[in-house]
Amino acid sequence: MAGTALQRRLTWRVAEVVDLGDETPRVRSLVLSVPGWPGHLAGQHVDVRLTADDGYQAERSYSIASAPAAGERLTLTVERLADGEVSPYLAGELRAGDKLELRGPIGGYFVWDIAIGGPLLLVAGGSGICPLMAMLRLRQAAGSDIPTRLLYSSRSLEEVIYRNELDRLVATGTALDVRLTLTRDQPERWAGYHRRIDTDMLTEVAWAPNERPLTFVCGPTPLVESVAESLVNLGHEPTRIKTERFGPTGG
Amino acid sequence: MEIHEQDVRLDGNAAAGLLQEVFVHEFSGARGACASCGAVGEMGAQHLYMAPLAPGAVLRCAACEGVLMVVVHAGGRFRLGFRGLVWLEMKDTAVTS
Repeated sequence: MAGTALQRRLTWRVAEVVDLGDETPRVRSLVLSVPGWPGHLAGQHVDVRLTADDGYQAERSYSIASAPAAGERLTLTVERLADGEVSPYLAGELRAGDKLELRGPIGGYFVWDIAIGGPLLLVAGGSGICPLMAMLRLRQAAGSDIPTRLLYSSRSLEEVIYRNELDRLVATGTALDVRLTLTRDQPERWAGYHRRIDTDMLTEVAWAPNERPLTFVCGPTPLVESVAESLVNLGHEPTRIKTERFGPTGG
Repeated sequence: MEIHEQDVRLDGNAAAGLLQEVFVHEFSGARGACASCGAVGEMGAQHLYMAPLAPGAVLRCAACEGVLMVVVHAGGRFRLGFRGLVWLEMKDTAVTS
């Protein structure tokens, strides 16, 4: 049927902001209503395009943070970068009822579904948690008990995105373990990690290589590359380590 | 400002939107073979060099850093060069689902 192929073509759609909420002082989640949204997989992203009055356009990619679900809603979580061109608008000025252009869902590599299975090792740095959160939310919504470990690096406890929800997922979910490392500031009597993710930390948190975990790593490029390299050195199969680097996104 | 190679490297995944415009079918899950070293892998797992305002991107092999392909989108045209890809295989998404 011709229509099926046509639907697969990426087109720019107009999304409306239906809700906003701050996750941290610099990070805001946007709930969007996207007419005609075809649905997505956990881990996929969208391209967002802003057009200025003079016609100048800026485009950025954002991971979808919400679990796949029926309907036309999806959530993006945006970190406001001080010198950014797009993020200060998305995570600062945008209000409910405002519209923006996006296209997606995009990506068939950094994706996970219940049927793919586990055990799962998720490693995030900063807002790299977003696509991994879609996976955790999907896992929870499906009532899955696929053994899952999340290692999440943030500068401070205040900058941990989805902190309360992660606590809730651990309390109500099955076979989910979440470890935080706070690299810059730690609360008094912080018993968790307080350094950058390194090989020792991965040895403690990651599954043993012979358990053949499926690993997703997302965050700034240096973190992603150092984690992937450490895991390979520990004996994990390179083809089961999927990475998504942020690089210089330009915000 | 000094720019380190590591700071500008992305995954092929980051160009999936741009390349899906050209190929229609999903690009980051497509597999290809490197002409330089023979490695076979998914395009999303290769190394991408693309700056936010740049008119194009270079995809390099994650195993040997050989250039796989170059894509430029400017002046109302796409120009693609497949200098280092022996083959590229993607799912016909119109057939399934």
